[in-house]
Amino acid sequence: MAGAKEIRTKIKSIKSTQKITKAMEMVAASKMRKAQERMRAARPYATKIRNVISHLAHAYTEYRSPGLVEREVKRVGLIVVSTDRGLCGGLNTNLFKTVIVAMQQWRNQGVEIDICTIGTKAFQFFRRLKGNVVAHVSHLGDAPRFEDVLGPVKIMADAFAEGRVDAIYLVYNEFVNTMSQKPRIEQLVPVTAEVQETAPTHRWDYIYEPDPKELIELLLRRYGESVVYQALVENVACEMASRMVAMKSATDNAGALIDELQLIYNKARQASITQELAEIVGGAAAV
Amino acid sequence: MAMTLHVDIVSAEKELFSGAVEMVTAPGELGELGILPRHSQLLTRLKPGQVRVRLLGGEEQLFYVSGGLLEVQPHVVTILSDTAERARDLDEVAAQSAKQRAEQVIADSRSEFEFARAKVELAEAIAQLQTIAKLRKQRKSG
Repeated sequence: MAGAKEIRTKIKSIKSTQKITKAMEMVAASKMRKAQERMRAARPYATKIRNVISHLAHAYTEYRSPGLVEREVKRVGLIVVSTDRGLCGGLNTNLFKTVIVAMQQWRNQGVEIDICTIGTKAFQFFRRLKGNVVAHVSHLGDAPRFEDVLGPVKIMADAFAEGRVDAIYLVYNEFVNTMSQKPRIEQLVPVTAEVQETAPTHRWDYIYEPDPKELIELLLRRYGESVVYQALVENVACEMASRMVAMKSATDNAGALIDELQLIYNKARQASITQELAEIVGGAAAV
Repeated sequence: MAMTLHVDIVSAEKELFSGAVEMVTAPGELGELGILPRHSQLLTRLKPGQVRVRLLGGEEQLFYVSGGLLEVQPHVVTILSDTAERARDLDEVAAQSAKQRAEQVIADSRSEFEFARAKVELAEAIAQLQTIAKLRKQRKSG
């Protein structure tokens, strides 16, 4: 029975792998639901602060924040949101691909790039490729807290305020639905026309308590943080969805493999039985 | 009918209140603010404290905010509440540690970003993924 034993061992090992992928799939599915809820919960704040910013952009303010005015771009800051762990299909790879294309364009225009990474995968990627990584946070877990984004956002915001970078972009995966996640690059500051949309009617200004400059800067800072937080939460949902799909197909593949091996095993077993029978019959005939 | 004011109270992690009210009271940085409909535009920081909203029937609801921002438009009030206690130095610490983590590892080898290598690596990864997808398709049809 040559080979039959090896095949049996192989089937066993694939079965245990299948158990693992199946378990990972179910864990990812349940985590995804929670992540989606968090994503939804974070949305109202992001929408409201966006509204306020768009009001602000139309107010006839005595203080014009650099965060609201486009300027010539010589250096950009990138905040790249990725996952901490792998085994989630092509999620990170697709994201990095999009980033690289954008980076190449900037490089061709002579624009320098500072990178801030959130999540281990992005950090490893950009470190290996010798990108200029100025800040990094990782291991935020499945339920990132708002405080977690403060550090990296502050570094980028300070760089912007001091004029070291002229624009900040955010790169993350947008959660379209369970089956599809889309890499996105979004301009954070200066606040783009898209956010500033809604038409102004007349000239007006706020009453500020206490100081306009401080308040507007604070508002912009909060805006940045909330957008980054939203991206982070959304990325977690993407990670889970992507992992769920990847693990499901891994489980299916393992099943197919097992079926195939089982067939080969049966054949091998049958062959050896036939051979033994033939030998016995042959032996009996000789006697 | 009494004039009303639309109030939204949101924090980064959830929406606390949204609806029409007669009046809002909030702890502004320079003192308690009572806002009625048709208040002129105002922007202020909030101190930790209570936000009270008086609903249409005169019923009152209380919310606690630990600071944040208040925006007033004539008929819309938006309260962007901070979730946690925050201090300027806390942000600074977070920023520093984020920076250090990055610097620790890349301190020595900083040179040109290697586009060529990035492309090759990504192309490889994508090719792998595509191959897997293709194999799977074949297996299914075959």
